[in-house]
Amino acid sequence: MLAFILRRLAQSIVVMLVVALISFMLFRYVGDPVASLLGQDSRLEDFEALRERLGLNDPAYIQFFRFIANAIQGEFGISYRLQQPVSELIMSRLPATIELAFTSALIALVVGVTLGVFTALRPKSLSTAVIMTLSLVGVSLPTFLIGIGLIYIFAVELQWLPSFGRGDVVDLGWWRTGLLTESGLRSLILPAITLSLFQLTLIMRLVRAEMLEVLRQDYIRFARARGLSKRAINFGHALKNTMVPVITITGLQLGSVIAFAIVTETVFQWPGVGSLFINSVQVVDVPVMAAYLMFIAFVFVVINLIVDILYYAVDPRLRVHASGSGK
Amino acid sequence: MTEPIISVRNLVVEFPLRRGLFTAVNDVSFDIMPGEILGVVGESGAGKSMTGAAIIGLIEPPGHIAGGEIYLSGKRIDNLPPEEMAKLRGKRIGMVFQDPLTSLNPLYTVGQQLVETIRRHLPMNEAQARQRAIELLGEAGIPSPETRIDSYPHQFSGGMRQRVVIALALSAEPDLIIADEPTSALDVSVQAQIIKVLKQLCESRGAAVMLVTHDMGVIAETATRMIVMNKGRIVETGTVGDIIKRPKEEYTIGLIDSIPSIRDETRRHEVTPAATQLVKVENLTRDFDLSPSFFDRLVKGSKRSVVKAVQDVSFGIRKGSTYGLVGESGSGKSTCARMLVGLIPPTSGRVLLEDEDIWESGSGTQKRRQRVQMIFQDPYASLNPRWRVGDIIAEPMRALKLVSGKREAEERVADLLEKVRLDPIVMRKFPHEFSGGQRQRIAIARALSSQPEFIVCDEPTSALDVSVQAQVLDLMRGLQDEFGLTYLLISHNLAVVRQMADDVGVMHGGVLVEQGPVDEIFDDPKVEYTRMLLNSVPDISKVE
Amino acid sequence: MSTPQNPATPVATKPPSRLYRMWDSDVFFSFRRSPVTIVAATVAFVLVLAAILAPWIAPYNPFDPASLNLMDGFTAPNSNSMMGNYFLLGSDHQGRDVLSTILYGSRVSLFVGVSATLFAMAIGISLGLTAGYVGGTTDSIIMRVADIQLSFPAILIALLIFGIARGIIPPSQQEGMAIWVLIVAIGLSNWAQFARTVRGATMVERQKDYVSAARIMGVHPLVILIRHVLPNVMAPVLVIATIGLALAIIEEATLSFLGVGVPPTQPSLGTLIRIGQQFLFSGEWWILFFPAITLVLLALAVNLLGDWLRDALNPRLR
Repeated sequence: MLAFILRRLAQSIVVMLVVALISFMLFRYVGDPVASLLGQDSRLEDFEALRERLGLNDPAYIQFFRFIANAIQGEFGISYRLQQPVSELIMSRLPATIELAFTSALIALVVGVTLGVFTALRPKSLSTAVIMTLSLVGVSLPTFLIGIGLIYIFAVELQWLPSFGRGDVVDLGWWRTGLLTESGLRSLILPAITLSLFQLTLIMRLVRAEMLEVLRQDYIRFARARGLSKRAINFGHALKNTMVPVITITGLQLGSVIAFAIVTETVFQWPGVGSLFINSVQVVDVPVMAAYLMFIAFVFVVINLIVDILYYAVDPRLRVHASGSGK
Repeated sequence: MTEPIISVRNLVVEFPLRRGLFTAVNDVSFDIMPGEILGVVGESGAGKSMTGAAIIGLIEPPGHIAGGEIYLSGKRIDNLPPEEMAKLRGKRIGMVFQDPLTSLNPLYTVGQQLVETIRRHLPMNEAQARQRAIELLGEAGIPSPETRIDSYPHQFSGGMRQRVVIALALSAEPDLIIADEPTSALDVSVQAQIIKVLKQLCESRGAAVMLVTHDMGVIAETATRMIVMNKGRIVETGTVGDIIKRPKEEYTIGLIDSIPSIRDETRRHEVTPAATQLVKVENLTRDFDLSPSFFDRLVKGSKRSVVKAVQDVSFGIRKGSTYGLVGESGSGKSTCARMLVGLIPPTSGRVLLEDEDIWESGSGTQKRRQRVQMIFQDPYASLNPRWRVGDIIAEPMRALKLVSGKREAEERVADLLEKVRLDPIVMRKFPHEFSGGQRQRIAIARALSSQPEFIVCDEPTSALDVSVQAQVLDLMRGLQDEFGLTYLLISHNLAVVRQMADDVGVMHGGVLVEQGPVDEIFDDPKVEYTRMLLNSVPDISKVE
Repeated sequence: MSTPQNPATPVATKPPSRLYRMWDSDVFFSFRRSPVTIVAATVAFVLVLAAILAPWIAPYNPFDPASLNLMDGFTAPNSNSMMGNYFLLGSDHQGRDVLSTILYGSRVSLFVGVSATLFAMAIGISLGLTAGYVGGTTDSIIMRVADIQLSFPAILIALLIFGIARGIIPPSQQEGMAIWVLIVAIGLSNWAQFARTVRGATMVERQKDYVSAARIMGVHPLVILIRHVLPNVMAPVLVIATIGLALAIIEEATLSFLGVGVPPTQPSLGTLIRIGQQFLFSGEWWILFFPAITLVLLALAVNLLGDWLRDALNPRLR
């Protein structure tokens, strides 16, 4: 078990280093950081002085090393656009994104798995046909259109829910949450649904496909031949085997919810890291872009690690090695 | 007279297909008495598995029972509602499937699956059920069942898994076991043990068995009465002895005639013992490095592991003769074949074709490509499904630049198709339009297309039905005489080797344990392993 | 259990014509039997044809400044403007005909979508074939990269590439290059799906004996890959390409909606929706509604086709 986790951890570190390298090259070579910081009409000496001070005249590997050392301490420099430390910017907007992403991930997971199992177990029923067609419509609807549509119906026409922002937040010192006020919760509903819909359909289709595949396996036929009840076969045998591949892909899908939030946050003017990123891309605010990339990579690596451990817990073929018993 | 356990009357099973109705089982009637073992034999598509599935109520949709009745101890069961039927399965009728590797749920221990089944059917608590599960495993021949019960399926070998499957099928003391090709996925030596276990367990419980198989030998050794099926219908019913010794119907006669026997001593032609050796294999060795990755070795301290697939194998093949290489799965015979045709390089040792090492020099490689060819086991995988038959057969000629124009290639292909007894017009068709036997003929035509001298045949008939096997073997013999070909015949089927080979080598665990002229080895084996192998072959000649 | 096979076809009959065989094939059979698919195919065909023919069938040229008149602005659908011009689907704030902008917009959207998908296919197939056939370290590296890429959402990767391109390309050329940057960005964010599928299929095909047979006769590995393996892995590629096309169209629309896509002088459906969004709450719904409906119809039709194709080509589901 320990060796397994260590191995995964080592792989994660490699991934982080690769992403760090990309971030660093972005940071260092896309645009001129000095020009971005000083503006067009500064003197040449100022340029040189700043280059020296920022260490841009050192060899690239030393700069990379420094970049990583800083990144580990959460230090990504100053935003060109907002002239604030990037880490502060991201930290102040992180709670909004995490609350949104977590809520939609939960919706996507619960509803997606339920519908997936339901449609797999009733392949011929009318409700399955309706759900499958709706899910295809769901995949074909761009997230931003769903958002606009929901705003139009529930905020403009019916006026039930707010159309933008986070509502009132409660400051817990290190975390500003919108989950504790009524307006905060009401504001969360539309963006969370918007963000979850795409992942929901993906998870549902995946669970359905995997479950149908498992139901065709020999051991399911054998379970039926042993006279087990339908319930035991479907939920004891088929569902557990379905979960093995589903865990992996679902985990990664959920990780991408955070990055997918970019679009939703823009439509609903949600003050999270996604909208920060999109604004930075438009003006090539490289430090923020680099930091965001590292942040997403970190989320991905953590989720991957959790997925691997879950996988390990579910599948005995990984846990217990085959002992070579004779014939 | 006692009442039959199962009584099938005029059973019809239909599959509505796109191009019309397919009748898989047509007007089939039979009885099985308590404690009786009924063998059901037939070639693929005969409807024998479907009959079994119909009795236990597990026909895959869109197939369905379209007519007839099935009675279990006099009570009609084919029209029971699904929930009622589910209660009979396992409790009154058990089933054993062909492939033990996929029959068990990989995520649960063997014990969990046994306890679950036992408690579903018998009024027992967890501890009692577990006790019973341990007893069952013990009876099925699993050593130290008290500890093995908590193992997962992947920790058992194939043969052991099939024992677990049998224990599972018997766990609620059913009156009837339907065994659908229970040993077809196993090696001969394991097969014999499994048949014994199945027979013993059913005898001691008085359970009847419906043994479905394509292997007449297995039925000859196990069953008392048998049914021969063809194209969904019953051709002949009778005692095993009667049918094998005195078949009445033409189909049965043909079927039994085409089954090769390891007792068969009719020789076809004699190769002069002094003929030159075309192929010589010297100290051939092949290791496979199955070491864990560098990282695992670092962290876990796991060791490098090297599997010696083939160890120090030497033999020679006389020009114009057939050398048979036999052994069970994992014995290294296929690895040997792949080294002989240039697919995997040997770790050490040499393969000589007329005294030139085919792995050594450029000219050796060139010589090998022109003069060595191979016929593979699975005729469905050995022909590219996207190519026309004509292109498939012409590929070696084109690759080796033996033909210049399109016309010439087409003429050669037509010629080759006639040689393998196919109509030349089929060169415009795709492989999926042919049956297994026809595809194997196409594969043979391709092998002949570069005019080779030496053909390695890796299980050329084991994917085919017996009657088709006989035709393909016949064709191979004819071509050998016509072109003076030299064959290396690799097979797990000892009877086929006896029929075809001049010399034979027996492989076990990567080592060539015994070799010599075929009659000598088969009639008077010197090595214990060969003797065991020959004894475990179920053979129809053993029937009295 | 073996499924029943069709009785072997008699060998000596003359093969039927290629066209008839295609019509009679199982794939087309399932097409003829699925009304939803026929409708989807028709919709997709009409939309694509309209986009291709836009310069000839559009009632106005919305990008000709000379023909634009602000007095035509905000005309409701199916009515005449103050200038007396008729607009079937209304006009936008600049007096552009919505129908014409949609026709031209689908042209841009489809061009970007198709080019990006082809680009992704080219990269994915070649890397997938290489990884699957060569195996070993090459395989691990390619698949590791694909894994990482797959776990980052396409939209994020496209945004990053877009940001990088913005930092590298001089501002004067940015507008002209925008559409190509978009194609590369979307293409690079979608190759991994292809690579993964092709690699999986290649590993299966590589083991098959027809490949061994070709190796025995000394056929060059590259020839084996292209002539033997490639045709046999194309079925799943086709399915992914269809679904990928829908994704690429949506991705393009999303990027353009976010304002990082094609320049406003060459609006795609996404740009039109971005523009229309400003007027949704003031009552001029048609500026947003018609482009949005076109986009959804297009994506849905392509998705439906992809869904059908997957079921039709998957022999296990048949």
